[in-house]
Amino acid sequence: MLRILNKIRKTGIVTEPVSKDPELEALGIELKRLVDLRMRGSFAIREVDSGSCNACELEVHALNNPYYDIERFGVHFVASPRHADALLVTGPVSRHMAAALKRTYDATPAPKWVIAMGDCTINGGEFGCNYATIGAVERVVPVDLVIPGCPPTPTVLMQGLLALLQA
Amino acid sequence: MSRFDWLSELLARCEDEHVLVRHGSATRLALVHLLDIDHEDWGRFAEVAQQQGCRWVALWADQIDADDFNIDVCFEYHGDYLVVRAPLAIRQPVLPSHTPWFPAANRPERHLQDMFGIAFSDHPDSRRWTRHQAWPEGQYPLRRDFPAGGEPTDDTPPDSAYPFFQAQGAGVYEIPVGPVHAGIIEPGHFRFQAVGETVLNLEERLGYVHKGIEKTAEGRDAAAAARLAGRVSGDSTVAHSWAACMAMERAARIGVPARALALRAVLAERERVANHLGDIGAICNDVGFAFALYQFSRLREDWQRLNRTVFGHRLLMDRVIPGGVAADIDAAQVDELLRQHSTLQAELDELIPMLDDNPSLEDRLLGTGVLTTETAAQLGVVGYVGKASGIDYDLRRDHAYAPYHRLQVESPLYHDGDVASRLKVRADEIGHALNLMEQLLSGLPDGETHIDWQAPASNAEGLGLVEGWRGEILCYVRFGEAGRVARFFPRDPSWLNWPALEQLIHGNIVPDFPVCNKSVNGSYSGHDL
Repeated sequence: MLRILNKIRKTGIVTEPVSKDPELEALGIELKRLVDLRMRGSFAIREVDSGSCNACELEVHALNNPYYDIERFGVHFVASPRHADALLVTGPVSRHMAAALKRTYDATPAPKWVIAMGDCTINGGEFGCNYATIGAVERVVPVDLVIPGCPPTPTVLMQGLLALLQA
Repeated sequence: MSRFDWLSELLARCEDEHVLVRHGSATRLALVHLLDIDHEDWGRFAEVAQQQGCRWVALWADQIDADDFNIDVCFEYHGDYLVVRAPLAIRQPVLPSHTPWFPAANRPERHLQDMFGIAFSDHPDSRRWTRHQAWPEGQYPLRRDFPAGGEPTDDTPPDSAYPFFQAQGAGVYEIPVGPVHAGIIEPGHFRFQAVGETVLNLEERLGYVHKGIEKTAEGRDAAAAARLAGRVSGDSTVAHSWAACMAMERAARIGVPARALALRAVLAERERVANHLGDIGAICNDVGFAFALYQFSRLREDWQRLNRTVFGHRLLMDRVIPGGVAADIDAAQVDELLRQHSTLQAELDELIPMLDDNPSLEDRLLGTGVLTTETAAQLGVVGYVGKASGIDYDLRRDHAYAPYHRLQVESPLYHDGDVASRLKVRADEIGHALNLMEQLLSGLPDGETHIDWQAPASNAEGLGLVEGWRGEILCYVRFGEAGRVARFFPRDPSWLNWPALEQLIHGNIVPDFPVCNKSVNGSYSGHDL
């Protein structure tokens, strides 16, 4: 136990101090300000994988690592769509996930946003539109914001969230 | 032992069982032996292979003209790979099942049943597998007459009528989970039958992220096929694109420069380390030990950031291309990588003993989700799932491909088969990967990083085999006219490891399912294709 405490003490806080990275500073402070202003300090997101290759999920995970620690800006990922202000959707929408995506959307209380993450959500990406994929999230549920990239980096994701709140 | 010195024994067994081997070739699929048999002998060959002690690796089909399929099955024995091929007429697409001899063939056969309309007689479970409701029963996407775009309707209904296994009895209840899970993970459905907290039975229902990868590969050139392969499973992008490029390069009979091979291995080992770091943190987090999650996700982020600085992509996508790699490093970058290795090693020297000595972690991980060596061998599991259950197999050592053939490859082995063992394998493999990268970077060959791609002749085919971070990846490619891919089949290790989860969960409590699942960490995307 002492060793664990000691390691925690030695590691210190690696969360990027907003003064260290000017990009993250502007991004984080502005994101927090808008979450406070528009979302009463709490912005809840439900992530829905609708056929992603799992790369997008890895980068969403990264937002919760101690470097980005996106929760300090008031953004958190929730387990149920019932608790969500927005859905973050990845993948080209496999037809086998279409009904589940729609139901998740319907289960999210209005007003709600849909953020489409990654190139696949725009035009199916490398998978395109075929017998098994619908090829764009907006063909299944209305999309408020698209964050391109394969996959988008955590920083690009944060910029996307900021853009959504600025709109 | 020399390669394939067991083959004569197998051929003698074939003769005893009246399996007619029409033709054998050591060259048509380079480095792999190809045997042609009649489809009538298909089932008997499985019996022969089982008697020999072969491991069942993969099954795929290929429609070669309007009237015929080729059916291929791949076996491994002592690090040698054997592909057995039988022709099958489309008008009578029935084969004896291999599942009675090799349980691993179960889902792959159902995949062929859904995708090609090939029926397997004596199959213990003929329910659909890959197909939900995206295309109607009686239509088969991988047949030539099926249009790539399908005949899409506006709505694809959910697959609500799938006949799940049912259990009844006093106090037995059912828990359906998914496809959308509580965490940020891929979609799939798990159906539990439980009594109290104890799991009686778990049934997996996958296929939700089926994206038509095999079909959409058809007609692509080599570069586009490699990009697609890099997205079969995003966490294994290096390994899958390497396996696909290896298959295509073998088909085209081109040699890749030594520097490119070394860099491919560096990329593959970096991918292994990144995923293992993430998994160790996540496994600990699934039993509430957040300290490890934050420490290991910090190390993973450092690792991914250097990926971006040195190789240009945080997950290393599209760095492996046909003919070589699309990345090069200079001496300063080599130093930078080596410095990161020392830093990581020092961190692990401190952190891993903390995990080992933590009683509450031990309490949750030790003896949880046990996969016995016997079950592991029956299922033919690979990678860390196998190595934690006494299955000592690693392609990099046992079927050494360049550049691993000139390296000292170590592979961990444990026998308890529990979550703790699967965690230990990952921790050991990080150390071994660091050693491999030291060897690779200290002797990095000079020269080109790629050579020009040369499209192979029509019908040229190749098989790629790579040890990804999850285990053995197989990729089959056949070219058609003008250097366009006619058939692409990547077999992710998850095909072999997913069934193990259904077994190792028996008798565990429902709340331990997340950690058991994470310890196996099958790829949904890589499996659903």
